[in-house]
Amino acid sequence: MIILERLTKSFNGIKVLNNLNIKFGEQKITVVIGRSGGGKSVMLKHIIGLMRPDSGRVLINGIDINTLKRKELNEIRKKFGMVFQDGALFDSINIFENIAFPVRQHTKLRESEVKDRVYSMLGDVGLSGQELKMPAEISGGMRKRVGVARALILNPEIVLFDEPTTGLDPITSDAISNLIIAMHNKFKFTGILISHDIAGAYKMGNIIAMLYNGFIIETGCPEDIKASNNPVVNQFVAGSMNGPIDFNMV
Amino acid sequence: MSMDELLNPFESTGRFILKTVDELGSLTIYLWESVFSIFRYSINFGNLIDQMVFIGMDSFYVIGLTGLFTGMVLSLQAYYVTKIVGVTYMIGPMVALSMTRELGPVLTALMITARCGSSMASEIGTMKVTEQIDALEVMAVDPYYYLSVPRILAATIMLPVMTILCSLIGITGGYIVYAYFLGLNHIVYIEKIYQYIKVGDIYSGLLKAVFFGIILATISTFKGFATTGGSKGVGRFTTQAVVLSSVYILFADYIFTSIFFK
Ligand SMILES: Nc1ncnc2c1ncn2[C@@H]1O[C@H](COP(=O)(O)OP(=O)(O)O)[C@@H](O)[C@H]1O
Ligand SMILES: [Mg+2]
Repeated sequence: MIILERLTKSFNGIKVLNNLNIKFGEQKITVVIGRSGGGKSVMLKHIIGLMRPDSGRVLINGIDINTLKRKELNEIRKKFGMVFQDGALFDSINIFENIAFPVRQHTKLRESEVKDRVYSMLGDVGLSGQELKMPAEISGGMRKRVGVARALILNPEIVLFDEPTTGLDPITSDAISNLIIAMHNKFKFTGILISHDIAGAYKMGNIIAMLYNGFIIETGCPEDIKASNNPVVNQFVAGSMNGPIDFNMV
Repeated sequence: MSMDELLNPFESTGRFILKTVDELGSLTIYLWESVFSIFRYSINFGNLIDQMVFIGMDSFYVIGLTGLFTGMVLSLQAYYVTKIVGVTYMIGPMVALSMTRELGPVLTALMITARCGSSMASEIGTMKVTEQIDALEVMAVDPYYYLSVPRILAATIMLPVMTILCSLIGITGGYIVYAYFLGLNHIVYIEKIYQYIKVGDIYSGLLKAVFFGIILATISTFKGFATTGGSKGVGRFTTQAVVLSSVYILFADYIFTSIFFK
């Protein structure tokens, strides 16, 4: 269980997260939606300890990760996989080695076993035959697939996705959404996915939460969000210029 | 530099000193953390060997040419001076002592800074701005352990090796000028080197090289990790890495030389 408790974080005197509270359900995909620059990535980085809050707590299975020593934090991190917005693939090694990297770092499997695992994962994410290419040689959609494969290769309990469908054409974007759903059905991880893609959110999310002004203003299943009577949520979901959200601030 | 800084040299000097001390502090902590992580995990020999090849084998020509031309020019300059007082037989020891004690370690360190320090900073810097460092952290891989340790260790091991190479080629370059261009007796060149050079001269140079290796790799990787601001930032921090490493190498060289002279 992951709980964010009264999380507050400022950059240069501006509060990006302001008393944010949320619980993420186990083995569900929770999609956090919100505007670009609204602090979604910052929230995600707090969950995995890449950023430390100014105040508030990040509880993973009851443990406040910001009280941990580096080694203890690393033990917790082994439960996680993360898909970065721009992939963050290691650009000096090929696709195969990118996906094999966590396996080589954290298991003592023999080379043949590493190969089996990576090839099976390559099949799962639809990248069979691409393994010898370098990250710079593949398309945006394929990079996302590699990111997903690398995040899932150690079968983590929790997977964080930072805008997995942003910047892709609608068809590729839908293919990645389907991939995430398929992987979720197969591996049963707790998924935390941030996005401003409403269609994808409805499709992938068991729960949808909206981040606005530094905190979560609404949580619910997709139907609840569609039926929300919060004007901010309505405006965001409708993608409209008219409403309480001040777009001059963007 | 702003107008205020021009008008108030004390304030800007003070700020510069504070900044330098602050940076030295961070560098020391960083070096400590990196060295400490060697004991926390086992050494990744694959990465270490890669870096040693990069700093060593791949720098062979640069270091060789640097040594060669330096030795040759030293020989010529020494001739210009020694011939005035008729002691051209001292050219050998002059070249050899300058190379082993001073120029071998310093020039090797500066060339390796330019060649490898810059690429350490830009490689790690690029990884930083493209979130590859974050990806390492998320995968529970300590980036200092994974990236800094092999580079700092490799530089510490390879700098003395490359310094020996640089000095040897330099002495050979001096010999070529002495024997062939100046037409002097080549046996004297070698004899006098044996007569005047002491083991301590070689050791002091190699000890310097060890420290220069630590300095350049620590600063360059540190600046890599400090990189912010996209591709422009990578350029800026790489420049800082090269300039700062070079200055610290020259500064450390003076400190070492003054210690060894006592
Ligand atoms: N490391 C950082 N330093 C300073 N400001 C940051 C940093 N990371 C994020 N921010 C700021 O926090 C705000 C939220 O960013 P982010 O979480 O990336 O937005 P998004 O919701 O699009 O993912 C932005 O205004 C951004 O400039
Ligand atoms: Mg973001």
